[in-house]
Amino acid sequence: MAGTSTDLRGSGAEPADSFQEATIRSREEAIEALPMERVNPPRAFFRGAVRDVVDILRYRELLGQLVRKELKVKYKDSVLGFFWTLVRPMTQLIIYYLAFTIFLGNQQPAYAVFIFSGLVIWGLFTDILGGCTGSIVGNGGLLKKTYFPREIFPLSVVGAALVNFALQMLVLFAAIGVTAVFTDNRVVLTSDLGLVPLALLVCLIWGLALGLFLAAATVYFRDLQHLIEIILLALFWLVPIVYPVVLPIRNFTEGGHTTLLEIYLANPMLNVVVAFQRAFYTMGPEYTYPGNLWGRLAVLALVGLGLLWLAQRYFARAQGDFAQEL
Amino acid sequence: MTTVIRVSDVSKKFSLNANKSLKERLVNARTTSEHKSEFWALRNIDLEIASGTSLGLIGHNGSGKSTLLKVIGGILSPTEGMVERRGRLAALLELGAGFHGDLTGRENVYLNASILGLSRATTDKYFDAIVDFSGIEEFLDTQVKFYSSGMYVRLAFAVAVHVDPEILLIDEVLAVGDESFQRKCLEKIRSFMREGRTIIFVTHALDLVRDLCARAVLLDHGVMQYDGAPTQAIRMIRDTWNEEAEVEAEAAAARAEAAPAGAATYTPMRISDVVITDGEGRPKDTFKPGDPFGVECTVTSDRRVTDWAVGIKIENHMDQNCYASNTHLMNLQLEPIEGSRRVAFRYDSIPLVDGGYHVTLAAHGVNGPHYARVARIRNFKVVDSEWQDGLVRMPARVDVRPVDAESLAAR
Repeated sequence: MAGTSTDLRGSGAEPADSFQEATIRSREEAIEALPMERVNPPRAFFRGAVRDVVDILRYRELLGQLVRKELKVKYKDSVLGFFWTLVRPMTQLIIYYLAFTIFLGNQQPAYAVFIFSGLVIWGLFTDILGGCTGSIVGNGGLLKKTYFPREIFPLSVVGAALVNFALQMLVLFAAIGVTAVFTDNRVVLTSDLGLVPLALLVCLIWGLALGLFLAAATVYFRDLQHLIEIILLALFWLVPIVYPVVLPIRNFTEGGHTTLLEIYLANPMLNVVVAFQRAFYTMGPEYTYPGNLWGRLAVLALVGLGLLWLAQRYFARAQGDFAQEL
Repeated sequence: MTTVIRVSDVSKKFSLNANKSLKERLVNARTTSEHKSEFWALRNIDLEIASGTSLGLIGHNGSGKSTLLKVIGGILSPTEGMVERRGRLAALLELGAGFHGDLTGRENVYLNASILGLSRATTDKYFDAIVDFSGIEEFLDTQVKFYSSGMYVRLAFAVAVHVDPEILLIDEVLAVGDESFQRKCLEKIRSFMREGRTIIFVTHALDLVRDLCARAVLLDHGVMQYDGAPTQAIRMIRDTWNEEAEVEAEAAAARAEAAPAGAATYTPMRISDVVITDGEGRPKDTFKPGDPFGVECTVTSDRRVTDWAVGIKIENHMDQNCYASNTHLMNLQLEPIEGSRRVAFRYDSIPLVDGGYHVTLAAHGVNGPHYARVARIRNFKVVDSEWQDGLVRMPARVDVRPVDAESLAAR
């Protein structure tokens, strides 16, 4: 009897300690089960991308949080709030509409829809490029203190830009609806609508590829932030947004500059924009690009993917030094 | 013991290249490569840290301890060598690094938790505990930019400790917040240690290292000087501090000597020939607790001064004032001075704990201005076989007796 009671007391006096020990031991066993992983392993230039993508996927929740942050913070204390996202493209639309139809006497039917269908996707591209360029430098504080794949920063810019893009698409649909109901312009669904996802994909691939490259390069050349604004301004007029693409095609062909024309048409964003026009601007098909956009976009998507991969590798190379360069 | 972190032969080189913009690069294209200065922030560091260890990284400013922490955390990648580790890691390099001022406390909790690698579902689970720990539930839906710095830190720390990391890296973050909050943080860290988690500290608070860590690593200019018991590491870093203080003291003495004699300055007196003695006038600079101790100096006045007093102050290496008094406070009326006087303070016993100390002397009017002051003019050391915390060494007698049942019943 006495023996049992001591036993009981013995096991009864211990629980606090033995419980603790058990958690420590199980913790240690759990840790032991984990593999020893190398921190920031040098990844092969050609094969490292897969590992990086896996890493990024692990942090997708953070990506979602950061996108939400970007959107929330941008218009946090303003009265109109999110509505401001729409103000800029709408203003652009009104200015170009007035300038081209009233001052320059453009006769194109439903010209507003024409401009806006190009502006929407161009806006996405500039948002991505402009945002990505400063995304690493602008998040220096966070970057120096915490670790997660640095690609998350440019990616969150893309995410936020996509949300804005979706909103503007709603406006575009509304505009098309108004045109269909209140004017006698032709609004039809064509097979060209299938070009939209493909064109969007091309825009995202190229935007992200250039964005990743610019984000990393800006850390070393801060001037890029300002330079990129100028380049985008110039690029805007190289893409047929406010003027129909058929005009330069005609002018180049009449002038005999076929090589120049090919160079002009090779611009990936030009192809994306004219694809959007073909899909949404059915009011004047004679003003849109007549060629085979499916093939062109497919080729651009493939080239873009190659470029994206290269850009990611450059980014991965550079990112090891971000924390000390900022 | 399971190794959770292995640092193998890690070196980190920084190149200080100030030219950032394109213009500067073009203009200074030729000079850039010449002026590119490089330095090694870490040199051949080897460390193996077992799970459940609490390790303190100590060293002077610029010794590379924060760099090492960042390399372990993966924020910087080493120039040479590699770091391996296992288990989830949370780096508290700066509390609230991921906070955004325009977001509310609630939104920031989610954002910061996801930065530290917590999923939304897990954050939901811990949310109440986090808010509870921070103690700021009233302000949860206020934008963080309106928070006081204390509230900010509270919330940030609350998030960080609920991430459930296997390895926790802490860089000086405990130096913020009020006392009660610091205590709360330390308690949390202690409970982390009890749970067998691995913690690496970077701190200047040596007492904290002695208190919390089982192992300390001393870095100096990127080189590992010592790896082992915290008390020894702390003694070593104090010795280097003392060396520095020695140099400073010499400079101070030189300045005091160089003061032009008889010039129309605000210091009509001079203090010179300061010596630390064994209480009998013989110079001495290393003491055991309880040894007799003395300080002597020569005070010179060009004019006749009737109300004068001499003050003495002893500070430790942490700049804490350990002792200060003057002849007036000691109720001594000094004879008027003209010319030089030798002043000697004598103490029967020195009741200070192990460490380095600095002596400051001053001559001043009884209630008036300083006539002369020599700050940290001399240093001395106290070496103790027994390690004690605090400022004063109090020899103790302890006895432990059994308590019999009768006397308990009598109460």
